[in-house]
Amino acid sequence: MAAKTIISRPIYGTLSPQPGKHHLFIADAEGALAITDMAGKAPPGFFDGAEIVFIPGPEAKHIAALEALKPAQLHIAPSFASLLPRLKQTLTNAHMGLRLYLAGTEGLIGQAMQAALEAGIDHTSIETEHRGSLARRMQCVHCKGITENVTTQPALCSHCGLLLLVRDHYSRRLAAFQGVCINAEDRSEIPPMEEIFR
Amino acid sequence: MSTGTTTLDVVVSDVVPVNELVTRFHFRRRDGGLLPTFSGGAHVVVEMRDGDRTRLNPYSLMGSPLDTREYTISVRRDDAGRGGSLFMHRQVKPGLEMVISYPVNLFSLDLRAKKHLMLAGGIGITPFMAQTSQLAGAGGNFELHYTCRTASLGTYADVLQQRYGSRVKLYHDDRGERIDLDRLLSSQPLGTHLYVCGPAGMINWVRDRAASLGWPLETVHFEHFAAPQPGAPFDVTLAVSGKTIHVGEQQSLLEAMEAAGVDPPYLCRGGVCGQCETNVISSDGKFIHNDHWLSEEDHRSGCKIMPCVSRFEGKSLVLER
Repeated sequence: MAAKTIISRPIYGTLSPQPGKHHLFIADAEGALAITDMAGKAPPGFFDGAEIVFIPGPEAKHIAALEALKPAQLHIAPSFASLLPRLKQTLTNAHMGLRLYLAGTEGLIGQAMQAALEAGIDHTSIETEHRGSLARRMQCVHCKGITENVTTQPALCSHCGLLLLVRDHYSRRLAAFQGVCINAEDRSEIPPMEEIFR
Repeated sequence: MSTGTTTLDVVVSDVVPVNELVTRFHFRRRDGGLLPTFSGGAHVVVEMRDGDRTRLNPYSLMGSPLDTREYTISVRRDDAGRGGSLFMHRQVKPGLEMVISYPVNLFSLDLRAKKHLMLAGGIGITPFMAQTSQLAGAGGNFELHYTCRTASLGTYADVLQQRYGSRVKLYHDDRGERIDLDRLLSSQPLGTHLYVCGPAGMINWVRDRAASLGWPLETVHFEHFAAPQPGAPFDVTLAVSGKTIHVGEQQSLLEAMEAAGVDPPYLCRGGVCGQCETNVISSDGKFIHNDHWLSEEDHRSGCKIMPCVSRFEGKSLVLER
């Protein structure tokens, strides 16, 4: 779990089964293990009312483990972008009593939460668990472009090319960390780039 | 008055009987100016000077927040209570000068909600009068379910139906009508917030069903002002102020402290807001906790008390005030 630095920096917990009849899980890669770990604590029949949406990623692991939980629905998606229309549709048709569980990378948790917030779910009522990569989704505060999977500090904006300090300042609305130009005074000053959000 | 509660000098501008139990009171500022803005669900504490006794009771503001020329409250007569509502019904007439607190809102709308589902029981309708006015003015999405004993005790049911039509649903106990709560709660769109105000039994029932049907705690709002209950008189020592006071049968501990010149903070005087929470230094006897603020653990520990609604029976009680 990431350390708390500034207030907006998201803090993740450990998935735990909530009361209710409908449960929607969204996970990527290692996030599947958060679901299977939680299954041990779930009451009998819990997954009868559960839908799992899973992005396995290139390694394509953990699908069988999720199938073994026998959820009402298991949907495998190639990317977050490809599952987003389906997620929005599910949330639009959903009723109070649907509980949301997000597990995996910060990018996945943040973007799924962004869709949930738009649908009217309070962020405090969403179960989250961080697993796998620490790669960040970053917004360049100068050009507003979003760069996915940032692992270095500083990082290059993939839109305007500025060298950015990746801050812990996080926007729930954008589901992104803020990147601020690190050498605005003197562009010739290039600090070494280190991989730190692996 | 006390922390967070600046007072307003008002005059009673109208007194309107609503039905056999409920009377409505209108207040205007004595200087003729506008009253402070409030939001739907807010209450004021009304000071009732009844001879040498002062009672302070909270009542929800039920007028439209869009009109601050006057405040209106509705008071249900409680013949078995400590006399506050009877004082309002019998002694308060148009022209009487009174003192009320600034509005305080412990039951506000969450305006991030996509829809507001309101459940009222009996006189619990009053905060919803203001909340529905506020939402209707802003084009908000709401639905109100109102249970009352009989049609004649359905306070403002006619007004609400006239204003909002099918958005208001009535249930009469004497006709055996009952809310199909599980169905109602399970059919609400995502992003709905639930608000409930009424008798304790109703609030507990609704909160319990909502929780088991998967409604997150943050989406369930409730308001229940427990009026202070009368009980056996008792003595209390206040360690900080160095006073020993007597709490009468019809008096609350908070009122007794105030009568002795101690000024503890308060907002709701109904056991819900937590402002008057007081540490117990020592006790020999039994606490009668009537509040909704302290946890069960706090109640069992005997280390804290809410003097606005809770009482004590026993040999000695020392509080930190």
